Amino acid sequence: MPDALQAASAQNTLEFAPSAGAESGWRVIARTAFPFLVVGALWELVARFGTFPARLFPPLEDIASAFVRLSVSGILPHHALDTLIRLSAGFALAAMVGVAIGFAMGRSRLAEDICLPLVSIGAPIPGIAYAPLFLLWFGLGNVSAVLLVAFVSCFPIIFNTWTGVKAVRDIWVRSAQAMGADDRRLFRHVILPGALPYMLTGLRLGLAQAWRILVGVEMLAAVPWGLGWLIFGAREFLNTDIMLAGVAVIAIIGLALEKLVFQRLEAFTVVRWGMMR
Amino acid sequence: MSTGERTRSLRRAAVTLLAAAAAYEAVARSGFFPPALLPTLPAVARALVATTMDGTMPAHAFHTLYRVLIGFSLAITVAVPLGILMARFRPVENFVLPLASALMPIPSLAWVPVFILWFGLGDTVSILIVFYAALFPMLLNTWSGVRAVNPLWLRAAGAMGADEKALFWKVMIPGAFPFLITGARQAFLRCWIAVVGAEMIAASNWGLGWVIFDAKEFLNTDVMLASLVVIGAIGFAVERLLFGSLERATVLRWGMVRAATT
Repeated sequence: MPDALQAASAQNTLEFAPSAGAESGWRVIARTAFPFLVVGALWELVARFGTFPARLFPPLEDIASAFVRLSVSGILPHHALDTLIRLSAGFALAAMVGVAIGFAMGRSRLAEDICLPLVSIGAPIPGIAYAPLFLLWFGLGNVSAVLLVAFVSCFPIIFNTWTGVKAVRDIWVRSAQAMGADDRRLFRHVILPGALPYMLTGLRLGLAQAWRILVGVEMLAAVPWGLGWLIFGAREFLNTDIMLAGVAVIAIIGLALEKLVFQRLEAFTVVRWGMMR
Repeated sequence: MSTGERTRSLRRAAVTLLAAAAAYEAVARSGFFPPALLPTLPAVARALVATTMDGTMPAHAFHTLYRVLIGFSLAITVAVPLGILMARFRPVENFVLPLASALMPIPSLAWVPVFILWFGLGDTVSILIVFYAALFPMLLNTWSGVRAVNPLWLRAAGAMGADEKALFWKVMIPGAFPFLITGARQAFLRCWIAVVGAEMIAASNWGLGWVIFDAKEFLNTDVMLASLVVIGAIGFAVERLLFGSLERATVLRWGMVRAATT
């Protein structure tokens, strides 16, 4: 199967190379922490020697203190929460619409012929390019941001659901029908599980894309709260420490999305059913 | 798919597109929305032709492509050797992988304001954003590609007397090539998004992203839609024509992967 390779390399998950096996937990932690210590020390050196003005290149403890200060005062959590709400609203919308359209395209020839041209024209345009247009149509603020995120993450979901439904083997469908499965049970017990590996890949790609776009959209859409806005707004006042603290929160959320949401989901469903090794 | 079915699909696709265009045109003409927000298709086509004729659209496209090209080449020059080193030497992997996994989830656009402060408005920011966006897909794919080279091939080549250099160029690189191409494809898609976003935020007078953002200020929706068309067309062309033919010329011909069923 040619797309097995694509799928294998497309997921961009980072599993640490299975090393000798008998390595103790402490050693792994030390090994993982070491590069951060080196980079941190280098950063600190550059910041201290004053090659760049401290306003633009703050030492690490400034960033850490900005992080703590803003977290304690509740500003940083508020920004992060708003970003997450926007992300989940947009993604939920995209997941519903995308899976529905993808299923329709996979099952019905007519729907496929109607939707495929539209989807293949819309997909190659980078989502962020629509941002100004959405801002004109739906105004500055939340509506535009959520709709744009939904629009962008829709495409991978549609494509993968469609491929997944098409990849369900004919013989499974036919044998289920021969054993007397009605449409509902056919859908629930054969097509849905069969298409699920692809669907999950699509959802994951969609979420990743939504995440990448959202931060940019928040900068452009002038929303009152949000991590993108925090970073963008802090630039006006040269608060580089706040900007870098914001970037750190973005990194943490991104990492958590990948590790906690999708790797779990995949382990729970697809791997368990033996659809994917 | 039989030829009859194929022509039927094509016909239906054409009908769909025409119907969608007609529906759009009807809404645009109905006056329900102000024409400044929803220009008619001929207006968009006129804007596209006019800006192409007076040379501004090609100039914008040229600037965007230039930024992508520089950033993308930089990313490849850094990521491919680093990825190979990571795959071959455990200490390098141990050092780079944690850093990469911490930096990768940060969307490149989040760095735009920081980079603007550090490097000023202009080309440098966009190029660095493109570099950042392209770096990680390329790095990870190179790394997994080299690790995925079948050890049997290496041993077979070794047994047939291949030296280190021949092993590297004749076995490892071709073996990792499908992954490299996948990496370059993903990297390009990310760059293409990142460059448009970076141009919007780090205004710089030229570039397709900047045109869209600038046209918004003057409600030139026709120009916005025209540049959207150009952005989509270039992205599509590079993805399909460039990478598609690269794939056919290398991995498909070498028999590394079977032709993708599209």
